[in-house]
Amino acid sequence: MEDRTPPITGAEILIRCLHEENVKFVFGYPGGAVLNIYDEIFKQDKFKHVLVRHEQAAVHAADAFSRATGAVGVALVTSGPGATNAVTGIATAYMDSIPMVIISGQVPSPVIGMDAFQEVDMVGITRPCVKHNFLVKDIKELAATMKKAFYIAATGRPGPVVVDVPKDITAQLAHFDYPKSVELRSYSPVVKGHSGQIKKALKLMLEAKRPMMYTGGGIVLGDAAEALTKLARTLGFPVTNTLMGLGGYPATDKQFVGMLGMHGTYEANMSMQDCDVLVAVGARFDDRVIGNPGHFFSKDRTIIHIDVDPSSISKRVKVDVPIVGHVQSVLTEMNELLDGEFKPALQARQGAPLHAWWKQIDDWRGRKCLNYAKSDMVIKPQSVVEKLWEVTKGDAFITSDVGQHQMWAAQYYKFDKPRRWINSGGLGTMGVGLPYAMGAQLAHPDAQVACITGEASIQMCIQELSTCKQFHLPVKVVNLNNRYMGMVRQWQEFFYGNRYSESYMDALPDFVKLAEAYGHVGFKIEKPSDVEAVLKEAFSPALKERMVFMDFLTDQSENVFPMVPNGKGLSEMILAEDL
Amino acid sequence: MKHIISLLMENEAGALSRVAGLFSARAYNIESLTVAPTEDATLSRMTIVTSGSDDVIEQIIKQLNKLVDVVKVLDLNDGRYIERELMLVKVKATGALRDEMKRLCDIFRGRIIDVADSSYTIELTGTGSKLDAFLETLDKTAILETVRTGASGIGRGDRILKV
Repeated sequence: MEDRTPPITGAEILIRCLHEENVKFVFGYPGGAVLNIYDEIFKQDKFKHVLVRHEQAAVHAADAFSRATGAVGVALVTSGPGATNAVTGIATAYMDSIPMVIISGQVPSPVIGMDAFQEVDMVGITRPCVKHNFLVKDIKELAATMKKAFYIAATGRPGPVVVDVPKDITAQLAHFDYPKSVELRSYSPVVKGHSGQIKKALKLMLEAKRPMMYTGGGIVLGDAAEALTKLARTLGFPVTNTLMGLGGYPATDKQFVGMLGMHGTYEANMSMQDCDVLVAVGARFDDRVIGNPGHFFSKDRTIIHIDVDPSSISKRVKVDVPIVGHVQSVLTEMNELLDGEFKPALQARQGAPLHAWWKQIDDWRGRKCLNYAKSDMVIKPQSVVEKLWEVTKGDAFITSDVGQHQMWAAQYYKFDKPRRWINSGGLGTMGVGLPYAMGAQLAHPDAQVACITGEASIQMCIQELSTCKQFHLPVKVVNLNNRYMGMVRQWQEFFYGNRYSESYMDALPDFVKLAEAYGHVGFKIEKPSDVEAVLKEAFSPALKERMVFMDFLTDQSENVFPMVPNGKGLSEMILAEDL
Repeated sequence: MKHIISLLMENEAGALSRVAGLFSARAYNIESLTVAPTEDATLSRMTIVTSGSDDVIEQIIKQLNKLVDVVKVLDLNDGRYIERELMLVKVKATGALRDEMKRLCDIFRGRIIDVADSSYTIELTGTGSKLDAFLETLDKTAILETVRTGASGIGRGDRILKV
């Protein structure tokens, strides 16, 4: 007989796997099917369990922990309703390619399929919104499955992985043997880009007269911000970031032309439309980014696309030079080539080959598309974000919910570093803001964390104010309260003849009292002249340890500009000055 | 254009639904889909007949490759291949029809595998279009029941799909 440590329960194996993966936080909510696991959590102190008030928030918080750190986020939920509550969080993470492992309890193996109490086919339900999922059928496979889950979640194009664990498995005994590495014949993500393609791309880039770099969430997820910044500066190219890519290139840099897309800047969208060589990195040409594809194609341009996921390439837009590889690896290789083989070509190009192009871009910048009408009477939501940027010295972790406030946060908070901007880009999930702030604050306990939200979104996960109290999370909530579902109202104003169908948030709570009821500090701000003082107070040392809920009553009729109306082309923006 | 895509995937519960789910979630067309284990018990081989523009087919192949359970994907239309499908047809066989059915069956190199007082069951193998052609030849009212397996395909010569 082999000399081995005594067998342990499946629940203990699961916990030991999380220890092996150096998990620091598990966000979760107990229930019948996971009681054995929770009993083992009680006996350990290597990771902290964060008890949320709704499973959706557990997944969002774990997702934000990952976005803020790069580590794999971990959530734990029970079977049935616990599992289904987690689904919105999982789909949110999937759309934004966030590495996560979600452990869901399942009814005992013998009763699977019997319509048992709190049974739901979690593997079936989550199949379309996970990178992969597993149902553990044999205790002997539990440890290896966990290893695979973490590996699949974090490699290639990252994504959430669900591990569904029947209750009887958590009680059975087996020897614990955590695999050192994992090899899957059916899964081998590419790392290095094809060097021939990389050289071909560089050649085109050096010959470009009107180049443009368009970068997305892949830069942030792939830790490639530094390599991108170096490359862009070496070449002197303008850079635009997608909503998911903000912070991938310093927003205060002169080569940055702002975010692009439906609510992108005039200069970013015009440059996208008019460039002759487009370098897309870790981005996917989605519908909110390029507007009407037919209009986008009406101009000739050469497209170079660097992405880790082959299926992202030529999905919506046919590209000329595809490069499949890890963005950090490919950009680093480009930087090396520009310092070696391509150095002569780079030097030959020096002088002012892009002068005319930059002059054109500066003309577009001259439109000052983000200008808005200032007011002494009513608080302009944009001004709150601008002041927040000043008060936090541009160095806070900012989370947002979904809607107008999200766009203003993206437009007016200038992110100079990656992983500072945490929002639901792909799925557009209202309610993420507060749990996202919890995950970011736990990841960076000493950092300033602010959740820019609206009175509609914040109420979708408002119960997490209780979690913030329990875990002493000094998140600062910036509630841009315009008494409307602002983005819905904006579309109804533009495209539905001002018929504001069900977009008014009636019967709002007194958010100050609500915050106080949960044991937090609340402020109501009604005058523009009070905005700065309240923000300063909220971020002052006196309130450093406290959660502060700031309820800003903002201009009800303010809209987000520029705007590319649905179905229009990138250069067909509506600007604030047009109205 | 019609394409025949062959793939090898882990012989695990749920693998089939991952593929089927992908096709429905992304609104790809499936004309037929067959799956069975291979000589290596850990692998299943699936043949999917689909249609779409070159761009759509390229996406289908990429998306299939992205599924963690899928080991290898081959678009048979990228080279020379053989396609076969099996069909069983139960036809009326009474009076003059009895000889006529036998003759038609012989012309298409089918086999009568069951004989009853008033019907034959015919087994026919070939490409999908050959089976279509046979059905078109028959008098519609003579067809009592049909069952088709969907196409299986394999590359010609040295084209081998193996792990």
